[in-house]
Amino acid sequence: MTSYIIRRLLSLIPTLLGVSIIVFLFLRMIPGDPALALAGEHATEANVERIREQFGLNKPLHEQYFTYMGKVLRGDLGRSILSRRPIMDEIRVRFPATIELSVCALTVALVVGVPAGIISATKRNSIFDNIAMIGSLLGISMPIFWLGLMLNWFFAVQLGWLPSVTRLDAGIELQRITNLLIIDSLLTGNAEALLNAVQHLILPSVALGTIPMAIIARMTRSAMLEVLEQDYVRTARAKGLRERVVIIRHALKNALLPVITIVGLQVGVLLSGAVLTETIFAWPGIGRWLYLSILSRDYPIIQGMALFVTILFLVMNLLVDVSYAMVDPRIRYG
Amino acid sequence: MTTTTEALEALEGLEYTPRRERGLVRDAARRLWANRAAKVGMAIVLFFIVVGYVLAPVVAPYNPKTDRDLPARLSAPTREHLFGTDELGRDILTRIAHGTRISFTVGLAAVTFAFTVGTVIGLVSGYVGGHLETVSMRAMDVLLAFPALLLAIAIVAMRGPGLQNTMFALAVTYIPVYARLSRASALGIKELDYITAAIAVGVPGYRMVLRHVLPNSLSPLIVQFTLMIATAIIETAALGFLGLGAQPPSPEWGAMLSNGYKFITIGAWWALLFPGLAIIFVVTGFNLVGDGLRDALDPRLRRGA
Repeated sequence: MTSYIIRRLLSLIPTLLGVSIIVFLFLRMIPGDPALALAGEHATEANVERIREQFGLNKPLHEQYFTYMGKVLRGDLGRSILSRRPIMDEIRVRFPATIELSVCALTVALVVGVPAGIISATKRNSIFDNIAMIGSLLGISMPIFWLGLMLNWFFAVQLGWLPSVTRLDAGIELQRITNLLIIDSLLTGNAEALLNAVQHLILPSVALGTIPMAIIARMTRSAMLEVLEQDYVRTARAKGLRERVVIIRHALKNALLPVITIVGLQVGVLLSGAVLTETIFAWPGIGRWLYLSILSRDYPIIQGMALFVTILFLVMNLLVDVSYAMVDPRIRYG
Repeated sequence: MTTTTEALEALEGLEYTPRRERGLVRDAARRLWANRAAKVGMAIVLFFIVVGYVLAPVVAPYNPKTDRDLPARLSAPTREHLFGTDELGRDILTRIAHGTRISFTVGLAAVTFAFTVGTVIGLVSGYVGGHLETVSMRAMDVLLAFPALLLAIAIVAMRGPGLQNTMFALAVTYIPVYARLSRASALGIKELDYITAAIAVGVPGYRMVLRHVLPNSLSPLIVQFTLMIATAIIETAALGFLGLGAQPPSPEWGAMLSNGYKFITIGAWWALLFPGLAIIFVVTGFNLVGDGLRDALDPRLRRGA
């Protein structure tokens, strides 16, 4: 197992190297002079020269690459052009917002998707099954930004039940420790902030969680159907075990592996979805930040974030692979 | 003696085994047709093709870009404007109908491009192997390392917003999918006896890939092709919604949504609801056809139902 993890980590190196080169070249692939683009339309010649100096754009390409990577390895992703703040500092504040949203979305997806899949499989071709499967088909066919807009319009604008934007109402004080607002409010015993943070989380979590929910429900159903036809399930029934025990202890446990695979694959879906969901709900996470940076052409942020997101994505995929072996003892990585 | 004759006759029957190839396609078509969900999907897709390519240009009474009716702007659905009007008084139904062509064109073009490039990379590297395989598959891993939509956003941001760049960006993000899929098929097929036989009679490499490896790896690729169009349509809309895809006054569905959203606070729900429903229906249609094709092309893969 350990040797497998080490081998996987080593195999990440060429991928990361490739990604870092692409990300590095990104700034150089902008049509025209990047220094001009960075300086803006009305920059003086001296300004452009200063920026060229500052970003090391007057040096040879390979030298620039090594300088950049040297900084990255020391945890320095550079500074934003607009706010002048270090990108690493911004990530520290914004990334927890995205984590909080993604975790809640995935929770919604699992809490609804897995039971729906189980019930659909056990009551195959029933009304529930049909409705759940049509619902999940629509779920995977739905643009999440549209769902977000509709939820926002209906529950926030029309009914006024839930807040529509940001993570916390402006008037509420909360001491930031981890920047995960639910954790922070629990740590400081701030009930008002906790309630408010949860209310703000509901709509974006549902919007972001819908696609994974639909995929998980479909996957759970088909995995369960397959397992329920196995001999050991018949044996368990023949032994006279209660149906609930058969389904949960015998069938579900073995149906979970493909479900975990699918959940792991949702990391990319969640990250991509975060851009759209955070944009709609003005959620101050990394998705919206990246999108705004792209619009304002804040290249150092785009560059740094591309690297950050990629590493995150690769590490998550590795964790998923490792978790298989923990769930299924039959899988051994040599 | 008679038994030998009978046996010979039976053997003659076997000479027609090559026909099974055609039988496979017909078989798959029959299974697809027997699948009710797939039929619904095909009907939906056909419906939108008719609306977008026949009804919109021929029947629709309004022009999607220029027919402004400012006094009737943002009017709720009426008899004249079944889906209401947008902020410039343009008929939303007309715009959705014309938008079909954009979604279909972008989806089809992006996926076809990715299919062609990805399959060539995958089949060749799977069949040839060696350094070529290592290098090209590593390159695909690098592309897969970015979440797809983020990669597409970055590419569009770099090359500038617009439909052409949307197509290109989506195609680039889909290439590794086909490369992976076709390589996996090629690896399996390479070991089969008929390839060894073909090598023995001296079939050249390109012909081997085109005539022997490609046709036998098509099934999963075709399924993926259909499902990918569904994804491409959603992502085209997403980029349009973010302002990176089609630019105004183009009646692209995602752009219509981002436009409509500005007027939601004054209650113009129709500008938001109908373009979204159009996306859902088209995408559902393609998903149903894709699922149906998967079941039809490989009965072993039938999932539960």
